[in-house]
Amino acid sequence: MTATGIGAAVPRKEDKRFITGAGHYTDDMNRPGQAYAYFVRSPYAHAWVKGIDARSALAVDGVLSVLTGENLAADSIGGLPAGWAITSKDGSPMVTPPHPCLAQGKVRYVGDPVAVVIAETQKAARDGGDALSVDYEILDAVTETGQAQTASVRVHDEAPRNTAFEWEIGDKAATDAAFAAAKHVTTIDIVNNRLVPNAIEPRAALGEFDPGTDSFTLYTTSQNPHVARLVMSAFLNIAPEHKLRVIAPDVGGGFGSKIYVYPEETVCVWASRKVGRPVKWTAERSESFLSDAHGRDHITHAELALDERGKFLGFRVKTVANLGGYASLFATGVPTYLYATLLSGQYDIPAIHAEVDAVYTNTTPVDAYRGAGRPEATFVIERIVEVAAREMGVDPATLRKRNFVKKFPHQTPVIMLYDAGDYGASLAKAMELIDYKGFAKRRRKSAKNGKLRGIGFSTYIEACGIAPSQAVGSLGAGVGLWESAEVRVNPTGNVEVLTGSHSHGQGHETTFAQLVSDRLGIPIDQVEIVHGDTDKVQFGMGTYGSRSGAVGMSAIDRALDKVIDKAKKVASHLMEADPGDIEFKEGSFTVAGTDKSMAWAEVSLNAYTAHGISTAELEPGLKEGAFYDPTNFTFPAGCHICEVEIDEDTGVTEIVDYVAVDDFGTVINPMIVEGQVHGGVAQGVGQALIENAVYDESGQLVSGSYMDYGMPRADDLPSFRLGFTMTECPSNPLGIKGCGEAGAIAAPAAVINAITDALGHEDISMPATPQKVWQAVRSHRFAEAAE
Amino acid sequence: MYAFDYHRPSSVRQAANMLKSNGEAKLLAGGQTLIPTLKQRLAAPEVLIDLNGVEGLDVIELKGRTLHVGAMARHADVANSEVVKEAIPALAALAEGIGDPHVRHCGTIGGSVANNDPAADYPAALLALGATIHTNERKIGADEFFTGMFETALEDGEIITKITFPVPRRAAYSKFPNPASRYALVGVFVSKRGSEIRVAVTGAGADGVFRLPGFEDALSKRFAAKSLDGLTVDADDLNGDIHASAEYRAHLIGVMAKRAVAAA
Repeated sequence: MTATGIGAAVPRKEDKRFITGAGHYTDDMNRPGQAYAYFVRSPYAHAWVKGIDARSALAVDGVLSVLTGENLAADSIGGLPAGWAITSKDGSPMVTPPHPCLAQGKVRYVGDPVAVVIAETQKAARDGGDALSVDYEILDAVTETGQAQTASVRVHDEAPRNTAFEWEIGDKAATDAAFAAAKHVTTIDIVNNRLVPNAIEPRAALGEFDPGTDSFTLYTTSQNPHVARLVMSAFLNIAPEHKLRVIAPDVGGGFGSKIYVYPEETVCVWASRKVGRPVKWTAERSESFLSDAHGRDHITHAELALDERGKFLGFRVKTVANLGGYASLFATGVPTYLYATLLSGQYDIPAIHAEVDAVYTNTTPVDAYRGAGRPEATFVIERIVEVAAREMGVDPATLRKRNFVKKFPHQTPVIMLYDAGDYGASLAKAMELIDYKGFAKRRRKSAKNGKLRGIGFSTYIEACGIAPSQAVGSLGAGVGLWESAEVRVNPTGNVEVLTGSHSHGQGHETTFAQLVSDRLGIPIDQVEIVHGDTDKVQFGMGTYGSRSGAVGMSAIDRALDKVIDKAKKVASHLMEADPGDIEFKEGSFTVAGTDKSMAWAEVSLNAYTAHGISTAELEPGLKEGAFYDPTNFTFPAGCHICEVEIDEDTGVTEIVDYVAVDDFGTVINPMIVEGQVHGGVAQGVGQALIENAVYDESGQLVSGSYMDYGMPRADDLPSFRLGFTMTECPSNPLGIKGCGEAGAIAAPAAVINAITDALGHEDISMPATPQKVWQAVRSHRFAEAAE
Repeated sequence: MYAFDYHRPSSVRQAANMLKSNGEAKLLAGGQTLIPTLKQRLAAPEVLIDLNGVEGLDVIELKGRTLHVGAMARHADVANSEVVKEAIPALAALAEGIGDPHVRHCGTIGGSVANNDPAADYPAALLALGATIHTNERKIGADEFFTGMFETALEDGEIITKITFPVPRRAAYSKFPNPASRYALVGVFVSKRGSEIRVAVTGAGADGVFRLPGFEDALSKRFAAKSLDGLTVDADDLNGDIHASAEYRAHLIGVMAKRAVAAA
């Protein structure tokens, strides 16, 4: 352990450049001779493109080229793939129609790219785009998740009832039997509202072709540059992998939205060869609203069967998930294996059966967004448990405790094998922190001030550390989800770590360096973390699903094992001792039973001078790599409790207290972990109270700017009060479970449970805006008066 | 943004001449509405006349019982002015609640008033305080100035130079912000000066800011929140959108009016 090792709340190394404006983002990159791309997007949700006349656009001064879907097809550039194969319950494969980067025949959502204009300047490209004449035949649109399967509109000819798949998981017969034996059944119908990710840095891309080497370079806002390269090479036929370098430099937030391969970066790479100039595109914020993959958008009917004591017997769930106009890269995996596999929550439920239909609509594609499936699962289970407790007159904490999984490992009926946890411990600590016993008194006090007070629980679980490659492969994933690392020790003893993880706000440059500091006994300023460049890092799977600590750092840890082994051998040569007698501790090599010792930097230098080692026995140098594949998902879990006050006159909900007690396993940097919880909870509260992507009937995104799309702000939030419990994660060497998504997963249920507790009824949907809460207060009051 | 010619006059007279000789010209004050509109290519003026080079348009002073606020006074200037805080604290508080720090340090009272955004805060203050809008050509009473959504009594070539406010005895502004934009979903400004009571509502009206004579009458009898009990606002003339129906806005007008009276 060093002062900058595991567990130390050291300030983030990367913040100096971020805070002083010295970061290097994609839009900061400029290449000689660079031209600019402007994407002409469909203003209609659903239309035939009858014709594109480029003459007026090409006549604009500075316009170099106008490219369309026809040009892509002529160059045999493929469509964007759906990377997770889902099989319907009748055995048929999912329906994923082609997704061309520029429309070919039809447009399927407002913002669907139709053509790209390449010009000398950004302004000329825009002028060219405005001048481009596109002839549309407008079609009726379907946008509502619940209407997709019955609408007369057909988004894709290949997909009857606009359905991509009808999938199921669990045991239907056992679940039916559980319901037949139930003493009480609780039923809920809920909507998980559609969200826009809103990373602070808009997406951007800069493609460049080098005719001398026939190779491309792409700078892009990606959470996983190697996966982007693989997809562009293997599926899109842009360039062979070894002729395409993808660089994801500093990236200003992703939340999932920068995982996927999008039309724009693909087109920039391809177009750079066509026009013989580097091609750059940076999204405007209004483009981000229309073209970044959205999140969530489920409607769900759920039923929970209980016995007379409130023990859960069975759980039945039917969900319709909106994919939008096309199936984005991970979109089909999100409402299936990242969602329904978590429906057991923290509970021992003997029988579960879940059905998920995924549908196409004339809306922006939906894909993984912070939490990805797990917030949706948590919202279903944590809402229905709360409602069941109220219906049965049992304290919601008591009902939870009665049903918690208490023995580990625990096999749920929906694939997951929970390996470690103590759900009672986090619940107890959270109840103590929020002073649950004092709630009744606080509620009376609020009532005296004319306010309705409520309290809500969310005892969430998530599956992170994504994921064991064999397991996800058997479930239809197109890739393995291991991670790679290479540790390069320089002669002077400082260290470069190349990682396949990608940092876009998580603070890897600090936490990963802390691991190295801890293992090698050197301060973190002696450690450089290198990521985000396919020419530097050989391969990697990138950052999402709270996987970089559990999987990415485990790979580094394995590489460090090898480095230390090698360094011990070097030391053994230098100190003329048996390698088995070399001990390494706090940066110093010693020979057991002697006073001989060598410092880390002495050994590293000698590894490279190689004067003191017998190179016939031992290679010079000090560099090792590792690929780490986890043995299981990790299962972060915890208890969040939210307390709200509602102003009956206005419908405004104020979060007056919020307690989060999380079990993330080993914590590398508590300050960064707390920051992750703060940010996650803020996003979860945003979904619960403010955020909503709203389409009108014609398919226009009504909430397409910050004028109408509400983002949570500091004054919407209280000072969160955090606590931690700890059970070590057995599936990786560091015991890390992951912390990046927990807040966004737990918070919506906690907030809505608190609001419904305050209201005294369950009739409110997310986001619980002041208007909705006001109506919920009023309609219930009228209903009571009428009785 | 489209290309435009940019002028930076140093006097109001020069600006007015430029405005008259360029039919398609727009005045640039704080730019908090105009610049985003230009960036989105929703406006394409051929000429932009920037008033930021005109000196003396941002003076704030109290003359007798009248507060003078120069048209180019920034929202932050009004919010932080000791003169305003002393004379009409409700006006300083209103300015403090506009937008965010960036907006408050750029946006101007003259720009806001001339734009007459139906969700802007200042129009409610001007109407409820019985303010006078001074231009390079005349003086216009607030009651005559705000003529409809984004519409005012300003003629072509007319430039607002300052706003004058008679100092009230009591005044307060109560705003219910749009959860997304933080503009006023409903904002109610009330004032009492001698026997004159004024209640003005922004954010809610289909035609922009308006007064509530029924509320004013009730408050004339007794200036207390209780006087408004039982009074309702007709939702027919109000805006409805994804954030608030006309009915909800009508309700909020009552709530915000009571809160303003209680705070005044």
